[in-house]
Amino acid sequence: MTPKTLSPLLCTIPLLPLAGAAINGFFGRKASKKAISAVALMFCGAAFAMALFIAANFSSASAPYSFNLAHWIRSGIFSVDFDFYLDQLSLVMLLVVTGVGFLIHIYSVGYMWEDDGYYRFMSYMNLFMFFMLALVLAKNYLVLFIGWEGVGLASYLLIGYWFTKDSAAAAGKKAFIVNRIGDFGFLIALFLMIKYFGSLDFTHIFTAVRTLPTESGGAGLLTAIGLLLMVGAAGKSAQIPLYVWLPDAMEGPTPVSALIHAATMVTAGVYMVARSSAIFERAPMALTVVAIVGTLTALFAATIGIAQTDIKKVLAYSTISQLGYMFMACGVGAFSAGIFHLMTHAFFKGLLFLAAGSVIHGIGGEQDMRKMGGLRVYMPWTFLTMGIATLAIAGIPPFAGFWSKDEILWRAFGASWVYWLIGVVTAFITSFYMFRLMYMTFGGEYRRAAVQELHGHDDRDKTHAARTGVSAPHGHGEPHESPWVMLAPLVALAVLSVFGGFVGYGNRFEHFLAPVFHGASEVAQETSREAGNSTLEYLLMGVSISVAGLGWLLAHLLYSRRPQLPVRIAASLGGLYRAVANKYYVDELYSVLFVKPVVDGSTEILWHDVDQGAIDATVNNSAAAARHVSDNVRYMQSGNLRSYAGWVAAGAAVVIAYMVWMGVR
Amino acid sequence: MIPLSYYLLLSGILFACGVLGFLIKRNIITIFMSIELMLNGVNLAFVAFAAHWHALAGQVFVFFVMVVAAAEAAVGLAIIIAVYRTRDTLNVDRVNLLKL
Repeated sequence: MTPKTLSPLLCTIPLLPLAGAAINGFFGRKASKKAISAVALMFCGAAFAMALFIAANFSSASAPYSFNLAHWIRSGIFSVDFDFYLDQLSLVMLLVVTGVGFLIHIYSVGYMWEDDGYYRFMSYMNLFMFFMLALVLAKNYLVLFIGWEGVGLASYLLIGYWFTKDSAAAAGKKAFIVNRIGDFGFLIALFLMIKYFGSLDFTHIFTAVRTLPTESGGAGLLTAIGLLLMVGAAGKSAQIPLYVWLPDAMEGPTPVSALIHAATMVTAGVYMVARSSAIFERAPMALTVVAIVGTLTALFAATIGIAQTDIKKVLAYSTISQLGYMFMACGVGAFSAGIFHLMTHAFFKGLLFLAAGSVIHGIGGEQDMRKMGGLRVYMPWTFLTMGIATLAIAGIPPFAGFWSKDEILWRAFGASWVYWLIGVVTAFITSFYMFRLMYMTFGGEYRRAAVQELHGHDDRDKTHAARTGVSAPHGHGEPHESPWVMLAPLVALAVLSVFGGFVGYGNRFEHFLAPVFHGASEVAQETSREAGNSTLEYLLMGVSISVAGLGWLLAHLLYSRRPQLPVRIAASLGGLYRAVANKYYVDELYSVLFVKPVVDGSTEILWHDVDQGAIDATVNNSAAAARHVSDNVRYMQSGNLRSYAGWVAAGAAVVIAYMVWMGVR
Repeated sequence: MIPLSYYLLLSGILFACGVLGFLIKRNIITIFMSIELMLNGVNLAFVAFAAHWHALAGQVFVFFVMVVAAAEAAVGLAIIIAVYRTRDTLNVDRVNLLKL
């Protein structure tokens, strides 16, 4: 198939979900749930089918494809168009977004069926797909930015989906505001590009950048752009210091957590950094910052994950940690490894969230792992698929996560052993908290009944039941397996989590992406280097597998063999444990450092002093003065006709007297 | 020959009487007559000036004023009768339904 016939399809892919969103959004209120589901799934599925069709006809020789939909901004020599672009990187993202997105749409049908705002939910989900696809298919930074902001909007709408709950509304706002900080950096980077390159087009900028020398020092145009882009990526992809919104975003429905806050949207930052690889390669300093931020985030978030008891919070911190891995990979120049992990992560983390959703659904809205346990008997399919995802994320071969994580660690070792060491420690912690989650959820006995006797009926459960109506028809005395419409996506993602890693076998994935990231010569160099160190590579691989095994073993000892032990350990650690359980008090720190000064400053200075004291006072005082004067002169208008006549006569007398007097002079 | 100022003085006195009557009287007929008095004061000034300057325009104006005054008298008296029939009084202070 020639590029000419393939390219026009590019713009239809994002527009399909947009049409779905519009139809459901405008007409969904009155439509039946079956019709809503049909529309949402059809448009999303059509996008997926089209992505598959494009992938089948994709040829690296004629890539990249591009398609100009319409002119947008024309101003002097500067111009921005609605341009779409497809190269190997976009293709990977396209398949991940449409594929995982479609599966999660199917799952949502089962999960959200009982919810009153079903049409709203489906419409938002389709809207998200539109923006995400615009993001990955953009040919210039401005179209990418539309998608970037759009997914932020969809994320906000879906986090605050149960907006009658204060915590959900607050979490939506928090996500939006924290992202705004990152977007501010991104926007300045765009301004710099316009100023110095006169364009936002990828091809144009990257060609221009490749003619520039590599910047050695800490200062320089490309370093500045790179760092600002990283600020944007840190906001969207929840990296230190802007990661705080993601755990709170778990207030959204679980399919949203899976689609937006695990599989696709949060990886947009990684995609953007990888897309800008040409800029970063000329700015080593910025690249180092990316690597350090990623590495620290990976370790930091993983340690928080150990002490969380909410099943979704564990997964949220795990997501932050895995995103840190991806940035670490990008930071050491292994962009394709980062994208590889992005892809496998989308499979297994999407699966983990969906399975967690299935668990929550099955026991009537409970998210606290301390009240779960023993669920493998009740939910064998959920247990099986979630187990596969856990093996994948822990890095046990041959599951998908092993291949990508191993690739990242290997490449990190090539840059510095420090990155590798922290990466391995993180892998150990990851394995530990994931198996801890598995043992607490599925192992042992079902603890819910006992807990219920102690606490009576749980409030959280009530709210969830009211929200979703999950427990209304079947009660929650007995945990139950989810319906097939929810299990089918789990199984599909489980298959991908098992086999998805094999695309990276023999560096095929890296070679596929090579044209995007490097010149051909560098690839050859890369291959020879790796061949020379195969012994070392196997050694490192052995280490990472064994730490994953150790993590499993530790979790088994603590949470399966001796369930009383973790409590005692936590008690003996005291302050350290409390710090971890409270997420290192980062939210509190931000509250003191940023939120409180802003709120207090706004209240005292801007509100009380400026607004009330100056602006309102000017308006109010002038109005009060006018009123005061009017109050006093209104007695002239008595309504008595003859008093008016008197005023007229008096006025006339004054005028005549004046004229006579002037006439005399 | 009587000087012009005498006429004007008389005209001013007539007008002032009209104004005063209009302002202080409550009986609507008296008020009406006060208005006529003002008009006639003005008429006197018109004819005085016309005679003084030997210009006809002032006399013509007096006829116009008379016509208007006649019309006004017709309409005004009709209104007064209507008011008296409905309100049973000629006191203007009691004809205040539209006042707030």
